Amino acid sequence: MSALHVKLLRDLVRLWPQALAIAFVLAAGAATLILGIGAYQSLSETRAAYYERNRFADVFADLTRAPRIVEDEIARIPGVSSVETRIAKIALLDLPAVAEPASAMFVSIPELHEQKLNLLYMRSGRLPLPGDENEVVVSEPFAKANHFSIGSTFEAILNGRKRTLRIAGTALSPEFIYSLGPYGLIPDDRRYGIVWMREKALAAAYDLTGAFSSVTVKLTRGASEAEAIERLDGILARYGGLGAHGRRDQTSHAFLDAELQQLKAMSRILPPVFLLVAAFLVNMTLSRLILLEREQIGLLKALGYSGLAVGWHYLEFALAIACVGTAIGIGAGTWLGFGMTKLYATFYHFPFLVFRTDPAIYVIAAGVTLAAAAAGAVRAVRDVVALPPAVAMSPPAPAVYRRLLPEAFYAFIAIPQSLVMVTRHLMRWPIRTVSSILGIALAVSVLVGSLWAFGSTEFMIDVTYNRAERQNATISFVRERSMPAFYDALSLPGVLTAEPYRSVPVRIHHGPVERRIAISGKPANADLSRVLGAELKPVRMPETGIALSDALAKILKAQVGDMVEVEILERDRRRAVLPVTGIIEGYLGLNAYMSLPALNRLMREGAVISGVNLLYDTARQGDLFKRLKATPVANFIALQRTTLQNFRDTLQENLLVMITVYVSLGVIIAFGVVYNFARISLSEQGRELASLRVLGFHKSEVSAILLSELAVLTIAAQPLGWAIGHLFAWAMVQGFNSELYRVPLVVERSVYAWASLIVFAAALVSALIVRRRIDRLDLIEVLKTRE
Amino acid sequence: MSQPVFRTRDLTKVYVTGAIEVHALRGVDFEADAGEFVVLLGPSGSGKSTFLNIIGGLDRATSGEAWFTDHELSRFNDRELTLYRRDHVGFVFQFYNLVPSLTARENVALVTEIARNPMRPEEALAIVGLQDRMDHFPAQLSGGEQQRVAIARAIAKRPQVLLCDEPTGALDSKTGVLVLEALTQVNEQLGATTLIITHNVAIQDIAHRVVHFGNGRIVSSNIVAERKPASAISW
Repeated sequence: MSALHVKLLRDLVRLWPQALAIAFVLAAGAATLILGIGAYQSLSETRAAYYERNRFADVFADLTRAPRIVEDEIARIPGVSSVETRIAKIALLDLPAVAEPASAMFVSIPELHEQKLNLLYMRSGRLPLPGDENEVVVSEPFAKANHFSIGSTFEAILNGRKRTLRIAGTALSPEFIYSLGPYGLIPDDRRYGIVWMREKALAAAYDLTGAFSSVTVKLTRGASEAEAIERLDGILARYGGLGAHGRRDQTSHAFLDAELQQLKAMSRILPPVFLLVAAFLVNMTLSRLILLEREQIGLLKALGYSGLAVGWHYLEFALAIACVGTAIGIGAGTWLGFGMTKLYATFYHFPFLVFRTDPAIYVIAAGVTLAAAAAGAVRAVRDVVALPPAVAMSPPAPAVYRRLLPEAFYAFIAIPQSLVMVTRHLMRWPIRTVSSILGIALAVSVLVGSLWAFGSTEFMIDVTYNRAERQNATISFVRERSMPAFYDALSLPGVLTAEPYRSVPVRIHHGPVERRIAISGKPANADLSRVLGAELKPVRMPETGIALSDALAKILKAQVGDMVEVEILERDRRRAVLPVTGIIEGYLGLNAYMSLPALNRLMREGAVISGVNLLYDTARQGDLFKRLKATPVANFIALQRTTLQNFRDTLQENLLVMITVYVSLGVIIAFGVVYNFARISLSEQGRELASLRVLGFHKSEVSAILLSELAVLTIAAQPLGWAIGHLFAWAMVQGFNSELYRVPLVVERSVYAWASLIVFAAALVSALIVRRRIDRLDLIEVLKTRE
Repeated sequence: MSQPVFRTRDLTKVYVTGAIEVHALRGVDFEADAGEFVVLLGPSGSGKSTFLNIIGGLDRATSGEAWFTDHELSRFNDRELTLYRRDHVGFVFQFYNLVPSLTARENVALVTEIARNPMRPEEALAIVGLQDRMDHFPAQLSGGEQQRVAIARAIAKRPQVLLCDEPTGALDSKTGVLVLEALTQVNEQLGATTLIITHNVAIQDIAHRVVHFGNGRIVSSNIVAERKPASAISW
């Protein structure tokens, strides 16, 4: 080993706490990068592999009823490689162990031949025997949540008739990776599942023998999806087609997309923060090291080492730290990435996991980490290269201090000299001071930029469930019914009040943009399920025209007063032009609203409803549920409070892990910055502080000087940190928002408070570690040496 | 006769580093009276700095007694030693040990802010003849001026003792004389017992008494018969 490398090694050992603090910040950068990109790649490749192996369809369409023969016509659409027709219906279940009414999506599987698309991935048991009317395969999460095993039975109301079904197997399907029921926030596997039956049995139950109600299509590579959808719609229009759609509008696929999008957003914000902080820490530490080793640098050059050789020696110091950081980061990132992907796999029910350890990610992570360290080192190293040996060997010119304020000011106000020391020392190295403030601010901002999401979610819940959807149950009818059904619902046990609603699937167009949505018709004076206008105040449903949710209006680029075209995807499939008469606030999905009578007029129907929103007396919910479970007219009953509870439980499960991760990240930055700053400041002022001890200053008084410096930095960093954190939150909102949901940017005051508190705690700990060094200052040594 | 300001009996100091024991002091008996101006002479490693550090409350003896008036320093804890330095001792060092970020006046104020009965910083600086340089930073002052600021800082608390370790060690003869003048003047005006360590023999002529250190012991202690003013010496 060369002498310079021995020196390098000893320098690293001597400065290990500082080097390690920097390495940790670099590691956090590398780890978040690997975690973000790794989890993104793993998740998207697992999904892709699953789709590929189990032949996930490209285009989906539901319809009322079409004869089997139509399948051939669909198969002839250019670009279609395979077609599978089937029956798909949502129906109520009566599960013995579940008090609340539950539902399932019933999907048929071909009677004799193998499935062509959306192949089941059998997890246990077998497929129902052909011809067997009662055997079913259920989705594995549903079976697990209800403790079903092979041979278990449950009851379902199929087309108004109660049937007992027996479980022959459990399976997973690429179509229902995220199996969200109607009105759901997150999957509730206890109350919503997928049930696969042989086609003959399901067709018999729904009077669809020789016909189908759902079709899925796989396209050849390169085929135009839009064209296929248009052609498919053309064919199915005669059969009550509800509008074909691609994967983008397929619930499970869309939710996974949103999740992937979030991962991407995170991996774009966090790593650069860490790398920036690390670069500046490297710069700060190396600059000080070089100042202290000035004479050695001069000596090395005098001995004949070239400027570049000496410069490279110091660059190696930075790169060595970066290597340690990269190693820790790669280890932590891989471990966390694997854990996170596993978490995803369990949550989303993938049958297998492709954990991508793409070497490119590691190369990129190592590359950017080394680059950040090198970028931090470059200025200090340039000074080393440029320093002439003769100048280097003489001591540096004494630091020049300036008064910050006119003399009269000092005479007028009695500022303790120790405070004057603090401010002048901070002002003496303004770049270092400012970048330290920025570093601590970034620690605060990482916390603000992550912890805000919890309060924001609560806000979204409050708006959605306390201000808008105030019912505690929504009954969804199998098909449209007339008003007496509403009065029937009103007379159910425990029901306090009820409101009817109608839902009509449409394709809405404005200019070149179109979306497939449902128009909700509500009574003008709706009080349970309300719509919220500006400032989230409930507004009266406009009597004419259509009100668009804010998100939909933005996508359509439509404003109040614009005319939008709706293409009704039911019955006569008329097109109508409607004026936009209101913009509605809301965070979930793309929505459009009309007054119930107006919607029925649009449909050229009388008083018809799709379901009823209920407010019931929870004391009597037992009776109510018993009645609902057996009601033949409904196929789904949403229980808003249960949904919410379910959502909160899931959130709670992840909360601790997420908070731990974010707080650790914030603490790593705060600690790294404060500790390095304190050590450098101590190295610069150690002699002065020891002199003060000699002059009769107590240990506490002397450490107060250094600690005040750190306090000034930390306090000054807070407002900046809040502001940057808010900016991060804003950027994340932009990254998170999808057509499925929008995240409101609500940063509660407590988030700022917590972020600051955590950073202060981290700063305090690092300050106290440095304080021990102040207490141990050698009073005699300092008197014997010239600086 | 009043009691001595300093009194030590059989003072020893042993530094232990690993297996090596260094005997810095090997039984020092010493007394100094109020207002006395004592020069401690001796070669490097003779123990004079160790002695000064112990009676200045910067270090602890291994054995023996060290008294400041009627307080036994050897029994003081860390906090009491700090208070002793703060209230009673003025230090002047070879390398001045000024705070570079504070002006001359502020360096003095640093001490007057924590002292019990200090003079005004301006007053202390006037005593050492720096009334016109009060608002200069150390980097803007010459070595002699910096040392005089250090003296002003040491005397501003009106200390009972002034301990100087090689106060002229880093200065040329002319500047050193200015510093010594300041020290004798302070000794006379304030009556502070003054102990000066030096290995510069020329300085002994300005003292009341000269104590020679050698090999951790006091070798001799002589009253100066014919005391000279600082301006009369040179080296």
